[in-house]
Parts: sequence; C-alpha cells; structure tokens
Amino acid sequence: MSNDKIIAVTMPKWGLSMTEGKVMEWLVEEGTDLNVGDPVVDIETEKIANTFEALDSGILRKKVASLDDILPIGALLAVLAPSEVSDSEIDDFVSEFLENYVPPAPEEEEEEESAYQYIDADGYRLRYSKMGTGVEKIVLIHGFGGDADRWLFTQQPLSEKSTVYAFDLPGHGQSSKSVTDGTVSGLAQTVMAFMDSLNIAEARLIGHSLGGAIALQSAISCPTRVTRLDLIAPAGLGEEINVDYINGFIETDNRKEMKGLLQQLVADPELVNRALVNDMLQFKRTDGVSNALSQIAAGFIDDEGRQSRIMREEAALLTIPINLIWGSLDKIIPADHARGLPTQIKSTVLDGYGHLVQLEAATEVNAVLAV
Amino acid sequence: MARKITFQQAINEAIDQEMGRDESVIVMGEDVVGGSGADGEMDAWGGVLGVTKGLWGKYGDRIMDTPISEAGYVGAAVGAATAGLRPVCELMFIDFMGVCFDQIYNQAAKFRYMFGGKAETPIVIRTMFGAGFRAAAQHSQCLYPMFTAVPGLKVVIPSTPYDVKGLLIQAIRDNDPVIFCEHKVLYTVEGDVPEESYTIPFGEANIAKEGDDVTIVAVGRMVQQSLEAAATLSKEGVSCEVVDLRTTSPLDEDTILESVENTGRLVVVDEATPRCSIATDISALVAQKAFGELKAPIEMVTAPHTPVPFSGTLEDSYVPSPEKIASAVKKVSEYTK
Repeated sequence: MSNDKIIAVTMPKWGLSMTEGKVMEWLVEEGTDLNVGDPVVDIETEKIANTFEALDSGILRKKVASLDDILPIGALLAVLAPSEVSDSEIDDFVSEFLENYVPPAPEEEEEEESAYQYIDADGYRLRYSKMGTGVEKIVLIHGFGGDADRWLFTQQPLSEKSTVYAFDLPGHGQSSKSVTDGTVSGLAQTVMAFMDSLNIAEARLIGHSLGGAIALQSAISCPTRVTRLDLIAPAGLGEEINVDYINGFIETDNRKEMKGLLQQLVADPELVNRALVNDMLQFKRTDGVSNALSQIAAGFIDDEGRQSRIMREEAALLTIPINLIWGSLDKIIPADHARGLPTQIKSTVLDGYGHLVQLEAATEVNAVLAV
Repeated sequence: MARKITFQQAINEAIDQEMGRDESVIVMGEDVVGGSGADGEMDAWGGVLGVTKGLWGKYGDRIMDTPISEAGYVGAAVGAATAGLRPVCELMFIDFMGVCFDQIYNQAAKFRYMFGGKAETPIVIRTMFGAGFRAAAQHSQCLYPMFTAVPGLKVVIPSTPYDVKGLLIQAIRDNDPVIFCEHKVLYTVEGDVPEESYTIPFGEANIAKEGDDVTIVAVGRMVQQSLEAAATLSKEGVSCEVVDLRTTSPLDEDTILESVENTGRLVVVDEATPRCSIATDISALVAQKAFGELKAPIEMVTAPHTPVPFSGTLEDSYVPSPEKIASAVKKVSEYTK
C-alpha cells in the first residue's frame, strides 16, 4: 500500500565520501508545517555537522529517527503528510519503508569513491572530481590547507545545471606535495594547466580564501578563459590576514592546537568535530606538506604578516561578472575587504558566519551562486 | 592516493619507503631475506610470514639474514645504531625476547642516559605478538608490558593498516630504541592507506569511536574486539568511546583522563596476562588522577593468568572476546552504589 500524499524525509548524501550521518538535534516539532528550505534536523557526518533543510513542503507528522542514531544515506528520518492522512496510514508507510529499505551496498560506495580521478598538469599529479554534465563549466578552487572536500555542500547542487570540477591544489589533499611555484600567479597557471588537460576552454571560477585570489589572478592573467568569478572570503583584496592562523596551521602537530585553529574558521566552534581535526592532522603529517604550505604561504604573505598580492585595481578593470561572498564573522580575512570596490562587483555579506562560509551557511551561499 | 591494503603490506611499504628515502636504514633478522641467492622478488620468502618480501631484490645487502642468535644480531644492531645506522631489526616472535633482553633493556635503553645524551640508539625492533595462531605457549604471548616497564624504550602497538604505516615510519625516524609490536592476527586486516609517506607521533591515542556512556581503553587487536563490542552495545543503547592507545610508552594520559571525565566509567581491555599489565597500569592512572569522576569501579578484561593454551577451543576462550568486553561494559554501566 502506498500513499502518494506521504513524503519520506531521508538521510541526505553530502559529498562523495558520506555513507552515514548522525542525528544530532531535531529543530522542529511534530506537527510543524514546513516550507522548502526550512531547517529540520542537525546531522553530523564524518566531515562536519550541517543543518538538513526541507526539500519538500508539508506537515512533519512523524520523526522516525531518534537523537544520536547513526543512519546510512537514504534511511528514513521523518515523514511529511497533510493533516487528512491518518496516523495509522503514516505508521503503515513507515513500516513499509523500513521493510523495503536496503542500505547502499559497499560496492556502490567504492564506485562513488572512484569519482575522484587524477590528471597530470603543470608538472603535478592533481586529484579532482567531476560532477554534472551541463554546458557551463565550473572549476572550484579551495583555500590554504583545504582540499576538494571544502566543496562538500557546493559541488553537487551546482552540478544540477553545470559541469563542476573540484580539485586539490598542489601541496594539498591528495595532489603532488612538492610545489614548484607556490605564488598566486604560479598557482593560477596551474589552474589554467588543469583546464588545458581537461580541454576546458573557458570556465566560471569559484574560489575560497587563497583559492579566491588564485581565481582572480587567473581571470587577470587569462581574461578570455574565465567567464565569471565567485570569490568566497577571498585573499587578494586587502592587506589584513590572520597570519597567526596561517603560521599555526603550518607549525602545529598537536591535536588541541589544531582544533583551536580550525575553530577560528567557523562562527560556531561546535562544527569542528574530531573527524575534521583528524583529517587535517593526517594531511599535515604527510611527507612534504609542511614545506609545501610554507612555500605557498610565502607566496601571498610578506614577512610583516600582510598579504603581498593585492588585486583590487586589476579586479575593478575586469568586465566579467564578479560576485563576492563573505561571512560577517570571518576571523581569517576580514569581510571589510568587500567594501569600496566598484559597483559592478556584487557583494553579499552573510550575517553571523565565519571564514568557511560555504560549509557553515551552505544554503545561503548556494543561493547566491545559483543566481 | 589512499587504497585498501593489508596491515602486512602497510608494514612492508613503510620499510620500503624509508629505505628508499634514507640509506642508513637497514633490515636485520632471521629469514628476512629468505631463499638467499634468489632475486628477492619471486623466490625469497621475506621473513616467517613474508613481511619483508621483495625488499632484498630492491635493496640487496641492506637486508641481512642473520644466524639464529638473537643475542648476537640484536646486539650487533644496537651497536650499528649507536654508530650511525638505523637498523630495523626483526625479533621473529616477542616470546624470544628472553635471549636478547640484556641488549635491549640494559644496553639500548640506557645509552642516551649513560652517555649524558651524547649517544643515540635509533633502532626499531619489530616483533610479532599475540594469540590466535594456534602457535602454543611459546609463540603467542603479549609481553609488551615488560618493555613498557623499562624507561628508555618506546613501545608501539598499532591496530590498523593506516596506523601501522605511519607509526613505523615515525619509529624508523625516531632517535631512540622503539619496540614495535605487531599482532599477527591483524596481518590480513585491510584498510585505507595513503601511498605517500606520513607519520603518526608517539604518545597520541586515537579515539577509534566516540561515545558518552563508557570509556573502553585498548591496544592492538583488542581495539577491533572493543569496536565490535561497542557496535553491539550501541544497538542496546549503550554508547562506548573506544580509546586506542597506539603507544604504551609514551602514554597519552590526557586522552584517557578526558574521556573518563566525560563518561565516568572505564573498561580496560588488554590481551596480556592480568598482573602488572597495561590494564593495571591504566586502571591505576585513572584511579589516582580521575577518582572523583568515576561512577563505577573500573573493569579489566584480560587474558587469564596462564600460558596461552595450544588447544584451539581453549585458546579462543583465552583471548578477550567482544562478548566478554560487552559484559564488562554492561557491568559498569548498570552499576549502582
């Protein structure tokens, strides 16, 4: 028996590696009338915690998942249905769902894992993932110390309309660790070489933090190959940067210090879970990473701890659409850098979020990127 | 790039990468070449379970087969370490430590101290331990508590393929003597291991699973057993935090104490015999430094105070099982004064 008025709310899949999530907190009571986009439940993945927002509208009739439940993707979290549907019909729906639900097999997961590919470009072996088949090509460029997973909540939504590539910069993630040219222009050249290798003639570049400076530099150096820029908390637009964070990140090999550093990236320190700290420590403890990070930091920060590659004037001369997105509570690069630019450069400052705004306020950032 | 390899392959890869990186790294041990005179790829067996297979073909005489005299070659390796080499010395089974213990506890462990910091002994002694192989009482013991008791030795007991590679690379680069204890039952366990070289620092426990009700502290194979127990218990509504010590010397006291401060309940799981063991050591630590946090008496799940039996049935019941761990967890979680 199935009832098409009843809608299942299931465990989402955020990013390539997510296989299960933990129910941290219900944000609504049973009986709430939900609209699309309303916050429903906080879910923690192995990477980071995030709020799951309603994909459908309707009355939340029953919460099926309990607090602290760890459930595979696709598992039933709750049920939406109009008030005319009876409680027993809902119970029937739930038991039928549970009876028929098959968690994704490990083989399928392995297939997903292989969504990461490698390509040789600019003398490096670069890891990347490609999603979507749309005409518009988008390349996502993460920031200092990050990797393609920084786009956990960005790549998939964008891929519904575009072909979206996310890659690990040299010295980062699972790309080559020995960096030949760690300057902003050197890394912009790597982006162009990455696009060459994949036969991408022109693309929209979305960059976060240092990746924003690299995207901007790419557009300045190769204006015909960049169709649009979305710069999220970018470097390259002012002198100030939290150099204590940068140096601390390069130097620390200590769990507590690393956790404290990562907490500076977000407004809500609770978002930094043990798995994220572990990931960063594992990355830091890989041979060659410290050297690579020092080299890249020296490429955009001077001895006085100020940004050395500032492109405000060059940015003002670009004719392509440029979008700036910042969290108002950014503790790494101040949101003030979005001010005083020509009016053709659009700027959105999201209130109450930190530097990793695309993870912390994924929905809001995705809404800006979708325009 | 991470891919799945076995615990055993991860050990081989760590030695291979360090030998490739640093010419002073050498391997010594009984049968570590195996099939002497062959090309080292196909014919050479590479140790009693094939862990060093293929290395002789790559590094030739830097892989040395030794006579069956632990006192002789372990002593030679300790000397070579003080003279500038980095020997990775294989003591086939930890049970054989008795015949070369002077070289370890009274020589290697003491040099830095006796020579006022002017001597270093960067030796790694890799050794297999643990029950489960039907190898009887003289090839199945868990003697790491004895090494842990000696100041001047670092003692590493990895539990996963990822950890064994990072910890072994760290051990080879470390300037002090390291006793590297490999549980032979783990050799076939597969896990994600990056191809690149990486290290894991000593004295940093790993929280293998987070939880709020009971802390389980374990090492080596007991981490896997504890995780199995924790998975079963979580279905019954008991949330266990599993702390994998990774190294017993140095010991990450902070992680243990912080976890117990959160849960108030402790179960220590140790495959060693119960007296003067890691179980008693951790229990004493928590009783002394976190007594006020405890909501229940500490439970220890260990082997009995007997040699490891040869009979398969007896050996199976000798090793702490997930069921025994789960019942200890229930005991502390249901405890009322």
